[in-house]
Amino acid sequence: MNGNFVNIGERTNVTGSAKFRRLILEGDFQAGLAIAREQVENGAQIIDVNMDDGMLDGPAAMTTFLNLIAVEPDIARVPVMIDSSSWAVIEAGLRCVQGKPIVNSISLKEGEESFLAQAKLVRRYGAAVVVMAFDERGQGESAERRYEICARAYKLLTEVVDFPPEDIVFDPNVFAVATGMAEHNDYANAFFEAVRLLRANLPHCHVSGGVSNVSFAFRGNNPVREAMHSAFLYHAIRAGMDMGIVNAGQLTVYADIPAELGERVEDVLLNRRPDATDRLLEIAQEHRGDGTAVRSTVDLSWRQAPVDKRLEHALVHGIDDYVVEDTEEARSQAARPIEVIEGPLMAGMNVVGDLFGAGKMFLPQVVKSARVMKKAVAHLLPFIEAEKAGGGSGPRGRIVMATVKGDVHDIGKNIVGVVLQCNNFEVIDLGVMVPCAKILETARREKADMIGLSGLITPSLQEMAYVAAEMRRLDFDVPLLIGGATTSKAHTATKLVPNYDGPVVHVVDASRAVGVASALVSAGQRAPFLADVSKEYARIATDRAAGGTRSGTEALAAARANAAAIDWTDALPTRPRQLGLSVFDDYDLTSLVAQIDWRPFFAAWELHGRFPAILEDARVGEAARTLYDDAQAMLRRLVAEKWLRPRAVVGLWPANTVGDDIEIYTDETRRQIATRVHTLRQQMTREAPGRANLALADFVAPKESGIADYLGGFAVTAGAEIEARAAAFKAAQDDYSAILLQALGDRLAEAFAEHMHAHVRRELWGYAPDEALSNADLIAEKYRGIRPAPGYPACPDHSEKQTLFALLDAEARTGIRLTESFAMHPASSVSGYYFAHPESRYFGLGRIGRDQVADYARRKGISVETAERWLAPNLAYDPVENAA
Amino acid sequence: MSERAKRHAALHTASARRILVLDGAMGTMIQDHELGEVEYRGTRFAEHGTDLKGNNDLLTLTQPQVIGEIHRQYLEAGADIIETNTFNATAISQSDYGTQDLAYELNRTAAELAGAAAATVENADPDRPRFVAGAIGPTSRTASLSPKVEDPGYRNVDFETLRVAYGEAARGLIDGGADMLLVETIFDTLNARAALFAIDELFEEMGVALPVMVSGTITDLSGRTLSGQTAEAFWNSVRHARPFSIGLNCALGPTELRAYVAELARAADTLVSAYPNAGLPNEMGGYDETPEAMATHLGEWARAGLVNLVGGCCGTTAEHIAAIAEAVAGVSPRAVPEVPRRLRLAGLEPFELRA
Repeated sequence: MNGNFVNIGERTNVTGSAKFRRLILEGDFQAGLAIAREQVENGAQIIDVNMDDGMLDGPAAMTTFLNLIAVEPDIARVPVMIDSSSWAVIEAGLRCVQGKPIVNSISLKEGEESFLAQAKLVRRYGAAVVVMAFDERGQGESAERRYEICARAYKLLTEVVDFPPEDIVFDPNVFAVATGMAEHNDYANAFFEAVRLLRANLPHCHVSGGVSNVSFAFRGNNPVREAMHSAFLYHAIRAGMDMGIVNAGQLTVYADIPAELGERVEDVLLNRRPDATDRLLEIAQEHRGDGTAVRSTVDLSWRQAPVDKRLEHALVHGIDDYVVEDTEEARSQAARPIEVIEGPLMAGMNVVGDLFGAGKMFLPQVVKSARVMKKAVAHLLPFIEAEKAGGGSGPRGRIVMATVKGDVHDIGKNIVGVVLQCNNFEVIDLGVMVPCAKILETARREKADMIGLSGLITPSLQEMAYVAAEMRRLDFDVPLLIGGATTSKAHTATKLVPNYDGPVVHVVDASRAVGVASALVSAGQRAPFLADVSKEYARIATDRAAGGTRSGTEALAAARANAAAIDWTDALPTRPRQLGLSVFDDYDLTSLVAQIDWRPFFAAWELHGRFPAILEDARVGEAARTLYDDAQAMLRRLVAEKWLRPRAVVGLWPANTVGDDIEIYTDETRRQIATRVHTLRQQMTREAPGRANLALADFVAPKESGIADYLGGFAVTAGAEIEARAAAFKAAQDDYSAILLQALGDRLAEAFAEHMHAHVRRELWGYAPDEALSNADLIAEKYRGIRPAPGYPACPDHSEKQTLFALLDAEARTGIRLTESFAMHPASSVSGYYFAHPESRYFGLGRIGRDQVADYARRKGISVETAERWLAPNLAYDPVENAA
Repeated sequence: MSERAKRHAALHTASARRILVLDGAMGTMIQDHELGEVEYRGTRFAEHGTDLKGNNDLLTLTQPQVIGEIHRQYLEAGADIIETNTFNATAISQSDYGTQDLAYELNRTAAELAGAAAATVENADPDRPRFVAGAIGPTSRTASLSPKVEDPGYRNVDFETLRVAYGEAARGLIDGGADMLLVETIFDTLNARAALFAIDELFEEMGVALPVMVSGTITDLSGRTLSGQTAEAFWNSVRHARPFSIGLNCALGPTELRAYVAELARAADTLVSAYPNAGLPNEMGGYDETPEAMATHLGEWARAGLVNLVGGCCGTTAEHIAAIAEAVAGVSPRAVPEVPRRLRLAGLEPFELRA
């Protein structure tokens, strides 16, 4: 489905949701709010609110609900669609919203006079409007009538009341089809045609509709209804419908509709044959039930197609079962083996590229396509080499990619690499922890057209700045592409662009990589593209420079005076049951699998949304389900075949706070200090009283209190075996499985950290022995205590990991090593501290001042310059400027 | 061409040629006169039942020479546009003093007073027209926020009450001859939408259409209004009024405000105004930014192409305006960008449907 289609949440509608209706009738508006919030969290870009019920005082219910929404920032961030057939209710709604809403709806039903009066008020209130294809003669049924009514409304709106055309949304009537009445047969088809006419002839207008009406005749048969909705949306969006009130949870993915059912549904919708309704009814009974059984039947009819089409199908659907035999068949028919690549395989990949570009395929699917392609190419390579022909049309461009020195994270980079390969770029991937010199030597030797740098941890930002500076020194001129979680346009514009004379482009995610790389190798597009980029970056840089210290910082002394005020006598610390180190080797994988938080797993594949709702998402549900199935299959193998050896070490030590440092003692006499954990304090100006300037040290009892407190630390890894196995997948042309394994490894490491934390709370430290939380509660962090990690917002200095690792003897006990930038190797590892106090919580350090950096450097015994380097993203000042 | 139409044409011509200068704070200047309860009351309200000190808008009636003098000082400092002394002159705000029945009179008289001051200065220097903006403040209540923590659905004012009060104030300003209207210091966009609704109604009824300036207030460093909107969402929510200008004033000093003015400058296809406070309040509740420091900021904004109208809010004086006028003299006004026609909506955040 089209990426620009606007999904309007329909659940806060008493006519559409029985649950919402019941809650509102019972006066339980708070529960109604929860439904609104859930819709926004699930991705509704607008929420429809409808209170049209005979049992309700419509204007009052609308007012109450909208007033409640207004004070809920999680909900009120999106616009509202005020939905009613009563003007009084609409007007009551318009008087409650500070943002710009959409009114749904007005029409010419009562004639021009009342239409214009309402339209004028809508304009005066400052709202967009939905206009129904309904006039004095009734609702438009034929495409022509629907269009004519809308066109007349458009003319009145734009010419008489000066309504902005871009604020007009037409609803050209979604009516039920397959009702058995012949005059209804063309309703859906007429809708599509009306949409085309509207979008082609009425400039700037939009089209919306309530989709579920179309399948009214099949009430009680959800599989058929869902198929009808999905097919209807598919055709309506192609015709130009750009908004819709839909229940995303009740939508089959278009491509998942069983072939026979799909064909008969489309016969009905498109009015393709007189017996269409009968034929759909004939098979409707077979598709009753939960629909899943229907989905799982494998359709092999594509095997009947000619070989070119079979290869295309295999590429688009990521099926590698037959690709070698199909490729061989194609080769045997071709004059030269290279022609198979240049012909059907490239044609198939072009289809994949187009679908991806149009938002109809998603990353995991594309990566699977690449696997099919690689297998086909691997089959052909020996023939091509035997022929010694080489030559042929080369790739579009060559890119050298690497995760920079000190960093080990490469899932995102690997995805970008695969996507670029799918689009006929040659990718030379140097892997992780690659020194600058190696990147630049390779780029020069291989005559790369561009260089791509990736990194996840903050110190990598400085390594990237160094690479950029080296590129200038060594007279490079090729474009430098930047990507990875902590990178940003702002960082690129202000820290990288000034270091290099060639183009520097930030690539926000894998789906943008192709566009950027293609523009850079295109003779026509390159100059305008780069001009746009440099204009934008210059603007960002000026804004940044002029913005200066946008957030005020307090003096360190003032911030310390405003530390968290914890009454230590309130809840005395619990003495851990097990002081010192506890080591866990070859930990049981099964218990970790159950604790996986799936949302970030999907996010790694650029599929965003809540789990498990994402599996039923209208847009990405199909891709998400397939990915999830593949992940589950791999997890089963991973457990059964014991691919990994998870290891962990946990330490619990006597500790007290002195200033902003936490002293760790060798034993409970607390006489000898084993080491100090150095924490940093927020320095943002606090205007609201009661908001403290926090440091992690606040959560451990101060030494002078005489209260015996404790601090914990941990390091866990899903297992060093991941990297070798991922490399083996890659060598077997299976990047998909390699990336899948890495992504699962990261999730297992996080699950392991979650698991150990619970074990610490209940057993090892034992301050919450009776805690019983579900996995969802754990993910929502509903427990007491926190486990912040060095390098993350509360304690952004990655170099503190050194202290933590020494305390834990982590390298010897878990096999995790630290790189020179203090990234953990293997990447699927997590480390951090445990704080147990009930008031301890996560926070972001924010920007800190020169005074604290100097103090911190002194406490740590490092130079101010070194401290500034590790804390670069958190400095409230420009160290270079101040030094000058 | 009517007299009003001529003045509007002159305003448009002037705004196309140069950055126009607004005046500074009224309250800050009034404080210098150190008026007491007796002066606030004058003879007319000597017997009024409640204290009136602090009701600055009432001075229009009781101490017109003070207000006229402040207008003159700002005009001579270089202001092209002066604001009427009507920030709190709605019935809603005046009800705090029991003077709600004066709302129409306060607005009308204030507009006449400012008009007379502008005419005097303009007659002495006829090449440079001076304009009067009828100021319409936020009132003392907010329509999208609940004052009761325990009852988030409660409101102490509604759209209809605001619409009536704003309509009355605007009518007084128009009858008093204001050249334009200025809906300002918007904490809560729903209040502003009620004001813009009332103004549009009134224009239709009276058969006039004055340029309307709209100026919101970002209340904290997170970049949101008090009612939670971002600057761009705020713009999307008032754009239907096709304002003469959109901008920000009050609450923040120039250092803090710049990023949000820049956000509007990018998004808005109309003129952009900015009149910040003289910095953030210090411990004593005073404002520390000197005329020179403020002028340096606003001069930089002007050269960066962010603004079409500049001035000062709380804590600024005639010296600030003189320095600001000097700093922006000769700098080209921001070019109004062409923004593609798209469906733009807003909740607390902006929404745009990209075709």
